[in-house]
Amino acid sequence: MADLVWLIPAFPLAGFLTILLFGRRLGDPKAGYLATAAVFASFAVAAAVYFDLLSRPEEDRQTVVTLFSWVPVGTLQVDLAFLADPLSILMCLFITFIAGWIHMFAVGYMHGDAKYSKFFLYMNLFVFAMTILVLGENLLVTFLGWEGVGTCSYLLIAFWHTRESAATAGKKAFVTNRVGDWGVMLAMFLAFSAVGSLSYTVLNEGAETGTLAASTASAIAILLLIGAAGKSAQLPLYLWLPDAMEGPTPVSALIHAATMVTGGVFLLTRINPVIQASYDWVPTTIAWVGGLTALFAATIALAQNDIKKVLAYSTVSQIGYMMLAVGSGAYVAGIFHMVTHAGFKALLFLGAGSVIHGMHEEQDMRRMGALRKFMPITAATFIVGWLAIAGVPPFSGFWSKDEILLYTLADNTPLYIVGIITAVLTAFYMTRQIIMVFFGEARWTSLANAEEAPEVAEGEPPVETHNAHGEFKPHESPPIMWIPLVALAGVAMLGGIVNMPKLFGIPSGAAYKLEEWLHPVVEFGEADISGSWADNNKYILVAIAVACALIGIALAWLVYERRRIKPWEPSLFANAWYYDFAVTWFMGNPGREGFQAVADFDATIVDGAVTGTGVAVKATAGEVRKGQTGYVRQYAALIGVGVVLLLGWFVVIRGIL
Amino acid sequence: MLATETGPIAFPILSALIFIPIIGAVIVALLPKSRPEYPKLVALMASVATAAMSIWLMASFETSEAGFQFVSKHTWIEAWGISWHLGVDGISLFLVVLTGILFPLAILAVDPHHDEKPYLAWLLMLQAGVMGSFLSLDLFVFFVFFEIVLVPMYFLIAGWGYEKRVYAATKFFLYTMFGSAFMLVGLIATVAIASRDIGYTTFDLVVIAEQANFAASTGRWLFFAFAIAFAVKVPIFPLHTWLPDAHTQAPTAGSVVLAGVMLKLGTYGLLRFGVYLFPEASYWSRNLWLTLAVIGIIYGAIAATMQTDLKRLVAYSSVAHLGFIVLGIFAFTTQSMSGSTIQMVNHGVSTGALFLFVGWIYERRKTRQISDLRGLQKVAPIFAAAFMLVMLSSVGVPGLNGFVGEFLILTGSFLTARWWTVVAALGVILAAVYLLWAYQRVFHGEPDEDNKKFPELKIKEGLVLLPFLGLIVFMGIYPKPVLDRVQPSIDALIGRVEDHTDYVQPKPTIELVDHSQEPANPEEEGDG
Repeated sequence: MADLVWLIPAFPLAGFLTILLFGRRLGDPKAGYLATAAVFASFAVAAAVYFDLLSRPEEDRQTVVTLFSWVPVGTLQVDLAFLADPLSILMCLFITFIAGWIHMFAVGYMHGDAKYSKFFLYMNLFVFAMTILVLGENLLVTFLGWEGVGTCSYLLIAFWHTRESAATAGKKAFVTNRVGDWGVMLAMFLAFSAVGSLSYTVLNEGAETGTLAASTASAIAILLLIGAAGKSAQLPLYLWLPDAMEGPTPVSALIHAATMVTGGVFLLTRINPVIQASYDWVPTTIAWVGGLTALFAATIALAQNDIKKVLAYSTVSQIGYMMLAVGSGAYVAGIFHMVTHAGFKALLFLGAGSVIHGMHEEQDMRRMGALRKFMPITAATFIVGWLAIAGVPPFSGFWSKDEILLYTLADNTPLYIVGIITAVLTAFYMTRQIIMVFFGEARWTSLANAEEAPEVAEGEPPVETHNAHGEFKPHESPPIMWIPLVALAGVAMLGGIVNMPKLFGIPSGAAYKLEEWLHPVVEFGEADISGSWADNNKYILVAIAVACALIGIALAWLVYERRRIKPWEPSLFANAWYYDFAVTWFMGNPGREGFQAVADFDATIVDGAVTGTGVAVKATAGEVRKGQTGYVRQYAALIGVGVVLLLGWFVVIRGIL
Repeated sequence: MLATETGPIAFPILSALIFIPIIGAVIVALLPKSRPEYPKLVALMASVATAAMSIWLMASFETSEAGFQFVSKHTWIEAWGISWHLGVDGISLFLVVLTGILFPLAILAVDPHHDEKPYLAWLLMLQAGVMGSFLSLDLFVFFVFFEIVLVPMYFLIAGWGYEKRVYAATKFFLYTMFGSAFMLVGLIATVAIASRDIGYTTFDLVVIAEQANFAASTGRWLFFAFAIAFAVKVPIFPLHTWLPDAHTQAPTAGSVVLAGVMLKLGTYGLLRFGVYLFPEASYWSRNLWLTLAVIGIIYGAIAATMQTDLKRLVAYSSVAHLGFIVLGIFAFTTQSMSGSTIQMVNHGVSTGALFLFVGWIYERRKTRQISDLRGLQKVAPIFAAAFMLVMLSSVGVPGLNGFVGEFLILTGSFLTARWWTVVAALGVILAAVYLLWAYQRVFHGEPDEDNKKFPELKIKEGLVLLPFLGLIVFMGIYPKPVLDRVQPSIDALIGRVEDHTDYVQPKPTIELVDHSQEPANPEEEGDG
């Protein structure tokens, strides 16, 4: 069955091709159903491959399926080959599962859009590319998927391309990702020059056996970190992700929360032996990038008012946790958090989509409130997602975040504190969101004449004008949209069971299932924390984590629901520390001027030299031509002068006569 | 062994590839003006026949053979040792095929605005000249074809070009002639010096390459005489400024051919008459070329970003793309040089198609200014989608053709020219910047009044595009058939460089301690 792993990308590819050829004829909603079916078919194959691998002994859980020779030149032999192993199949399982529900949600969400079938065309192409990314047997096949998802992301962010901001956001995402891809490409060149192959098997084995020098391993790891920072929206390349919210909300849920943005974490996990073989500062750097990004993005999320922007910064922050895990050698915990995050963040984004849908394209949380009465299912499922991300037990996010913090404490205490602070902030900003959207008083009654309503000023309660000009009532979304919400809420609630710790009397047979499953892949890189203080005092860590979540929730409750404390939303946070602003300014001003200077240099100096030569030749020729008057007497006179001069030279200088 | 020996009377296919377009050109020129429908028909027949033969040539090409195939050799001017010597190897094969298929498509794609008859005759003459340049194995014959190419191109730009056509055509002609002057001197000197080693006078490339033994300093002088001519043609920074003018002012078919195959005369020349003829000198001067190539990549991309004329933007992108090809040539590895060879074809396909789009946009809107265009994707989604695919190929997205070449060039160059490659790879980011920004300004946004009536892709245009789009996808996913035919010739070329210098190509590999295969290894060695 594992030999059929190529069917996992084949189904969405077939869906893509069908919609490409017949999309317009299929139309709304058939194209959407077809795309959904293709993704769920992929999930079925992934499940079958999973059970096949599961039935084998641990050391045999690996199958390479080579389709054909892709780029064969000399010693460089790159096959289009897939690697079915515990990591790639786990990735395929959650990618196709969550993508399936998001496709289904989109059938309802995109209903009535003029480019309905094109949306599903891109979505299926994305799932195809994403499965290629995770299934790749070598860096180049992964890179095929890597840039493929980047391209789909570009197409989908700019989906409503007549909107200037959407077009700009799409371009920004692609270009920023390309900066990261520069790192990935160099890592590939270096890998080839070091081991003569791009295959993960060869590269990892070189790292494990010590054939790969620590310096080379470090360089490869750092270059891939650059790539990961681009794809997974980490500092300093995160800034495309908040803008990516310009895309339709199902895109934000699928690509910019659950799947594509975790590609960087996946890639670093895939090459964990290389990181292990690097100098010590390499994993430390990865951990700090992750930790600082987590904290940085969480502070920004505190002061956002756009329902999707909060979730976008939250995504950046949560992937920061995963990077932190990778840097701490907690690969299993990182992947665990990736899986639980995919579930609850997809849920939150789709919930946000449902709210936006029900609120007639309103995204500003200051114009929401009290929606739980009008959208009970959306509210209930969103609350599940909130509890999961805030880290409240027994929801899924609690288990995975706790595992990361455990390894971080064993590895690096300052980063543990960063992680703890981020956890408080996460609980705080998510509670703030829940209250602003679903609780409190309704601030949307003025929406019917929203265009005329004055802009809501920063930090002040919005002006209320009571429903003077017409009826407006938020509505619950149709079943095609809330069924996926319920399914994902189930995942967010129970996702933790894939990797339960041996605490609270959980039987050892049921604990650490994911760790067992991933063991062959991360065997070499996974940190061993047994015997450390953190490992021996797990209950204390759990208590701290739960306390953090509750403090964050309680604080936000006091600020936004009880209004006991004045909200603190400094403009530094609201404007994302002015980092994006600074980069954009730099690109637009000195950057652009520099480029213009080069173009001007080309036009004036380089080309000027050419035209200058032409002009000079012409001018010289013009002067010389004046000698050619055509008058014989003038030529005769000149000859005469010449003869005299020559004679004089012979006589006077040479003394011939 | 060679295809010429398979039958009792072998069909001289390479000569036919040159003469059919010439005959076509003559017929077109002689057709009476009273029958205006014939010239196009004749031109199409001649160019389609050439295309069909070039494809047949590719099909019957011996894959694992490194040397010249389908060789045809006839003495021409005996006293000077000049012969009509043609041959094709893995390096020239796909350029010949590209020349074969690009011309009929260019003829079909856009009709000239006036005087169709001479326009078509010049185009066919151009095809013959380009074909001859790629096929000649005699220095004299090569030079003749290399120069002949200028004449039809000059008339095409000056006669059917845009507002600054005469300036552009003159600049193109004089600039390239300036380079050729060096080559002519170098060529005669090469033959004169070589004849002392060989014992008789000959212009035969293969004989000179095999038997002549240039002193290092002599070889370097001669190499530079050739290289300057090719550097102008490529063009290599800072000799590139004729190109934006010529590309922009040429009629669409001229731009397609110029970008598609004519620039490749330069890079092909560097391989065939630079590296092959003067391996020592080209290896000795590699750092100069690598540096200029990398400057071209970054500089061309930056200049492209700031262009306001869409056609000029595509022209500057050629400077950047050709920089990659030069980088690969002077990195002297199997991967980089094979990558350069395949990238010559890829660039011809992608940039050729981009020029078609720009031409069609001009036909519809009578402008090439980016600021005049807006929101075209809304009114012409299929046109936009096709443009998008070609653009992504030019950006170098994996799965499409442009990536394969770029990746091979950079991977191979990294082995011998590490830091050049690190900088060159930045060009990949810049390519996304200038093309995506241009796409956004032209296709995204809400179309204004002028752009609202932009017509959708026509059926004929779609048919012309299909081969381009097909090649873009096919060469990106399955380049193996091309690479298999290119690599033997490249390996032979690198072998020559290794023979004449102390260079040894790095072939990275790793000795893995694989316990499962340990017992098997000694047996294999014993068998070998």
